[in-house]
Amino acid sequence: MKICVTSQGDNLDSQVDPRFGRCQYFIIVDTDTLEFEAIQNPNIDAMGGAGIQSGQLIAGKQVKAVLTGNVGPNAFQTLQAGGVEVIVGVSGSVKEIVEKYKKGELKPTDNPSVGRKFGMGQK
Amino acid sequence: MIISVASGKGGTGKTTVAVNLALSIPNVQLLDCDVEEPNAHIFIKPSIKNRMPVFILVPEVDKTRCNFCGKCKEVCAYNAIAVLKKDVLVFKELCHGCGACAYLCPEGAIKEVNKEIGFVEIGEKDNLQFAHGKLKIGEAMSPPLIKAVKQYMNPTRTVIVDIPPGTSCPVIEAIKRSDYCVLVTEPTPFGLYDLILAIEVIRKLKIPFGVVINRADLGNRKTEDYCHKENIPILMKIPFKKEIAKAYSRGEIIIETLPEYKKSFQQLFSKIGT
Ligand code: SF4
Ligand code: SF4
Repeated sequence: MKICVTSQGDNLDSQVDPRFGRCQYFIIVDTDTLEFEAIQNPNIDAMGGAGIQSGQLIAGKQVKAVLTGNVGPNAFQTLQAGGVEVIVGVSGSVKEIVEKYKKGELKPTDNPSVGRKFGMGQK
Repeated sequence: MIISVASGKGGTGKTTVAVNLALSIPNVQLLDCDVEEPNAHIFIKPSIKNRMPVFILVPEVDKTRCNFCGKCKEVCAYNAIAVLKKDVLVFKELCHGCGACAYLCPEGAIKEVNKEIGFVEIGEKDNLQFAHGKLKIGEAMSPPLIKAVKQYMNPTRTVIVDIPPGTSCPVIEAIKRSDYCVLVTEPTPFGLYDLILAIEVIRKLKIPFGVVINRADLGNRKTEDYCHKENIPILMKIPFKKEIAKAYSRGEIIIETLPEYKKSFQQLFSKIGT
């Protein structure tokens, strides 16, 4: 099964990026084999709608869940419509997060965790 | 003649200048285009005669006709549409109402529907004609509303336009087609920085302009020096006065509390005319 973790770097030892729409990288990991793909986020500097664009990008990758720090309402809605579970409030290295997820320690949220524009202006 | 009153940032006294100028000269129409936070009416206290809602057209997707091809999302410059495998989402608050998605949808699945973004009110106070727009809370698309306010412009009068603060799209929309722009600033380092940004914009629009320095005695001389160096006329200097600050906080007008200022505003006007 594939999941996506937002990350500050391009490998499994990188730290989680707490923003969704404007994170540095999306790491798409196969939870069984730990094979992964690091996608540099093309939406970091989007004027608006970064969460929506990122949401579509990730939904298109057929992942079961997204694990990140925070998700705004537009991104949340997009991910839900794309059938992707959203898990917020995670931190640590990507690898640790994947392990926790596999053990079933992380539960999806039913609500966006922050208001609009949360990730704006942070680098 | 259309005179814009603008400032690179909020809180410089832009509305104070617009309102007092409007009340110091004859045959005026005041348009408050600061639609996110219109407050000229607090000072003018006009009687409102008419209120008109303003709409933009936003897309509505008929999901039974949509094949999820994604054309609409590709063409949207504002990321206002998301196309997923089995769903299309429209984020109305991001939509600029450009109509591109509906035009390009190959399945004819997009219909355009009205969305109210705010309203325009027109009224008067004595011989002053007044109009302003108010954007709905949470609504971000101010340019169409500013355009709607400007449609009520009366060219037989001297029109004074209160411009939103800053230097972004709404400012350009509001300032367009003015004959002159009065830039209100404060003589502080931040004030000067924002003034220079505003001047860059006005120069690009090729509109003649001059500067009013508010709270002129509180800051430093750098703003004046800059204007002299750049050959920019300083139209007026308003000192910091307790009476002015108090009048402002009570929603009163300077020229009513301190009638000697009426002349200063008339002089400001004659400097613009020449
Ligand atoms: S362009 Fe039309 S058919 Fe294609 S996804 Fe958008 S609404 Fe559906
Ligand atoms: S009308 Fe224009 S801005 Fe609005 S969703 Fe369609 S393409 Fe985007």
